[in-house]
Amino acid sequence: MKLITAIIKPFKLDDVKEALTAFGITGMTVSEASGFGRQGGHTEVYRGAEYTVDLIPKIRLEVLVDSSDAEKVIDVIVKAASTGAIGDGKVWSSPIDNIVRVRTGERGTDAI
Amino acid sequence: MEEVVINSGDTAWMLISTGLVTLMIPGLALFYGGMVRVKSVLNMMMMSFGALAIVFVLWIIVGFSVVFGDSLGGSGLVGDPTQFLFLNGLDSADAAIGTIPAAVFIAFQGIFAAITVALISGSIADRAKFGSWMVFAAIWATLVYFPVAHWVFAFDDFVAKTGGWIANDLGALDFAGGTAVHINAGAAGLALAIILGKRVGWRKEAMRPHSLPLVMLGAALLWFGWFGFNAGSAVGSNGTAGLALLNTIGATVAALLAWLLVEKIRDGHATSLGAASGVVAGLVAITPACAAVNASGALIIGALAGALCALSVGLKFKLGIDDSLDVVAVHLVGGIVGTVMIGVVGVDVGLFNGGGTEQLIKQIIGAGAVLGYSFIATLIIGYALDKTIGLRVSREIEVEGIDLKLHAESAYETYSSSRGGSSL
Repeated sequence: MKLITAIIKPFKLDDVKEALTAFGITGMTVSEASGFGRQGGHTEVYRGAEYTVDLIPKIRLEVLVDSSDAEKVIDVIVKAASTGAIGDGKVWSSPIDNIVRVRTGERGTDAI
Repeated sequence: MEEVVINSGDTAWMLISTGLVTLMIPGLALFYGGMVRVKSVLNMMMMSFGALAIVFVLWIIVGFSVVFGDSLGGSGLVGDPTQFLFLNGLDSADAAIGTIPAAVFIAFQGIFAAITVALISGSIADRAKFGSWMVFAAIWATLVYFPVAHWVFAFDDFVAKTGGWIANDLGALDFAGGTAVHINAGAAGLALAIILGKRVGWRKEAMRPHSLPLVMLGAALLWFGWFGFNAGSAVGSNGTAGLALLNTIGATVAALLAWLLVEKIRDGHATSLGAASGVVAGLVAITPACAAVNASGALIIGALAGALCALSVGLKFKLGIDDSLDVVAVHLVGGIVGTVMIGVVGVDVGLFNGGGTEQLIKQIIGAGAVLGYSFIATLIIGYALDKTIGLRVSREIEVEGIDLKLHAESAYETYSSSRGGSSL
């Protein structure tokens, strides 16, 4: 089992969600995040004084998948989230020891 | 006082104008409050409300008398504080000043005193002890605003026989308070910012306005209230009031455009804070001139003020003075532009409008006198208070937030504060 984590541009969330749903993913966790990468921050100007804002708003999307689906899910996210411009984000996967569905107590891949 | 007949039209307009100028206090509180960080918005707004309260109480006790009483010794420097002590009977339904009830004139002028003091608070955002601010407001109003308003607003034979030197002897024109209100508050703001020093983290961390919509709302309310301030200064419902009102729109929109143009060229972006600031810069500059210029003159004054004020906001960084909300760049610079430009474009008196240099020189003397007196007197008052009761909060209070630490409140319910639990 894998946890796929994606940091994407906020306006790409709907596209990624639709693509994942079409692939057959039935659940995900989405949270607002902020950070910076190669894109860096941005500049704001107040009465002529420039302020550099380091952290840019992003969306963090997390999906639990069976190990055999992991590469395909990553491809789906990358394809849907891409604009080709700097700041498109990153996707990574990490191994998961166990998953439990709280309602039923199902464990492992049954709980995905 | 001469025998007068109360005019109902004049009275109606002045009643409305008094309500309008009073709205400028919460307008200013919002304008300033939106510009500070989230941890000090309540303190910022409280400084305006507090100034209104303390100054208006003083106004009734002695302020009106110091401004509008007979000039002591005919010097034109300060009114007789005993003549209208506790208003001395002017607070009756029968008393009149000009063509309106004395009570209305007293209330109208009292708010001018309050707003002038409130304007100063913008230069000391985030870091002044509230109690000390209230003490400063009372002392500054008494020693600076009341005498200076006497110089500028007390005309001979209007309320009392002898009035102030700028209005009567010098003959500088200041219709609604470019000198007494804006140059006065701007110079005081500069002095106070120097005494209190820079905020912790100034120029190192971002001190962004926490709510620009509040700033825009505040600017809008200030503009609306300013119609009472400027057109109400005609103390009558007449053509002068009408001209003042027209110019209060013309100069303001010109200043808004000029400020945005400067920003677009200098920074690459026209900003909402720039628009709101341009509005206030235009209003400030047209205040002394609104009855002395025609509509074209108002556009020129507004455009000049918008551009010069926008260019002046960067000066504080060069000088190392944390005039937090640009009281100097907006009120001092704007006030000087409006006051001096009467001598340039004023109808029949301006250098380029039928007059010579005579009026221009008078305007410069008037502006300089108020600037110099206010700056020096405020430095003295400020140092005296700082050495005795202290003007500035501790570093801990400033960093953790003056709202929470000083007023035991926070402006907004946030996720983290709502989870904190509460007990009664």
